[in-house]
Amino acid sequence: MNELVLAIELAFWQQTLIKVLVAAVLVPTTALIFGIVFLFKVMSWMQSRMGPQEAGPRGLLQLLADGAKFLQKEDIIPDKADRFVFKAAPVVVLASTFLIYVILPAGPDLIISDLPTGIFFAMAVSSLSVIGVLMAGWSSSNKYALMGGLRAGGQLIAYELPLILAVVGVVIQAGSLSMQDIVLAQANGSMLGFSGVGLPFLITQILGFGIFMVAIQAELTQPPFDMPVAESEVVGGFHVEYTGFRFLFFFLAEFATAFAFAAIAATLFLGGWYVPGIDPDSMLANVVGPIALFVKIMVVAFLIFWFRFTYPRFREDQLQRFAWKYLIPLALVNITITGALVVAL
Amino acid sequence: MLTDTPLLLSATTAGESYSDFLRQYLTVGIFALLALAMVAAILGAGALIRPNRPQPGKYITYESGVDPVGEGWPQTQIRYYIFALLFVIFDVEAVFIFPWATRLAGETNLVDSTGGVLAVLSPYGSYGLVKMLLFIFVLALGLVYAWRKKVLRWM
Repeated sequence: MNELVLAIELAFWQQTLIKVLVAAVLVPTTALIFGIVFLFKVMSWMQSRMGPQEAGPRGLLQLLADGAKFLQKEDIIPDKADRFVFKAAPVVVLASTFLIYVILPAGPDLIISDLPTGIFFAMAVSSLSVIGVLMAGWSSSNKYALMGGLRAGGQLIAYELPLILAVVGVVIQAGSLSMQDIVLAQANGSMLGFSGVGLPFLITQILGFGIFMVAIQAELTQPPFDMPVAESEVVGGFHVEYTGFRFLFFFLAEFATAFAFAAIAATLFLGGWYVPGIDPDSMLANVVGPIALFVKIMVVAFLIFWFRFTYPRFREDQLQRFAWKYLIPLALVNITITGALVVAL
Repeated sequence: MLTDTPLLLSATTAGESYSDFLRQYLTVGIFALLALAMVAAILGAGALIRPNRPQPGKYITYESGVDPVGEGWPQTQIRYYIFALLFVIFDVEAVFIFPWATRLAGETNLVDSTGGVLAVLSPYGSYGLVKMLLFIFVLALGLVYAWRKKVLRWM
């Protein structure tokens, strides 16, 4: 399957090598962008303070400086810890992040692997990070870490379901699990006979979008769902014993996953790389697509981080109640309504 | 509805389509290993520049600055373990819902490795909708039962 990439025939291993190199650069970069833009700049702006100013122009190089600092930190593993599991945990969390990027489309040809199971695969691998978090929490042999890990486990499985069920409405409308097909379904759709801008599923799946946004907030263990990593309760939770770059891997994975989830939300509900007026089969779409996707990701991410900086923390039982008594029944109602309308119309 | 096109593929096209399929998931496997490679590379690079000055105090479990009490794996009451059981039920439901959702409306083309249409599968339509709604209803009944039995609360 020698695909034509930039008019050059490439063998499978060459394609894979390029994809691996691109992803190895892209994933940390997305984490850096989110860290700098949202965690530093938007957060300080929303909280009326300055934020980092010293490293580089307007403090833009602060995270790189932090990375260089973490690289020089001594690597400490507690005596009581289960060394193998302790070392493996960041790898599992990071692997989960990398695997989500496999199915993110940035253009008609710009996708690492357009799996036929696309979105289902993304939901499956994103839940792998729970195992990494539980591994970190358990292997640290620390009470805070254990409690944080268990909290994370309970939270992630509770919000996994609304996340998956919210996607079903989109799948019903697109008739496919493949991310590219979902983008094309939106590009080829029409609103009440007007097909000029396609049909972003945000319009028909507004309930699904709301559930999805709340659920990814919880999956990312961000405020207001940050009990697993609450500083004031469990001093950072599952990563309390991690130091240096091992700690930074969790941070990197969290922000890269935030980017990936924002990209999934942008693809499912806002039309992904599709720009109205540009033929989705043309070469131009490969050029404009990534830019359009990036803009949509930043819009979605602004919402995610806006919630993060604004709301106070939930209590653990409130969190569980919210998922099981509100979000999951709502998601089931959403599936029912979407199914009925799609069949009836 | 299946048309009467034979579903058998010739040996060569079948081989190619399997190879495509396997390559897609080989890429997935490589990307899982990429995480390992990245961790190894960065920690390896860090090993060249980071200090290593072992002192016994550094390796004690952190417990707010005082010496740790008891062991690090205490028995804890997991107050929401029953949710995990419920989760399994609904997760299995999701496995059934996704294939159904792809074929509810719209026709699905069954294609071979070259993209040629072998058969056109008709949508499930209202028949499939009613069936799935019954399925969801039974599952929702389970959730309501758990709710009424006061399982969905802090125990």
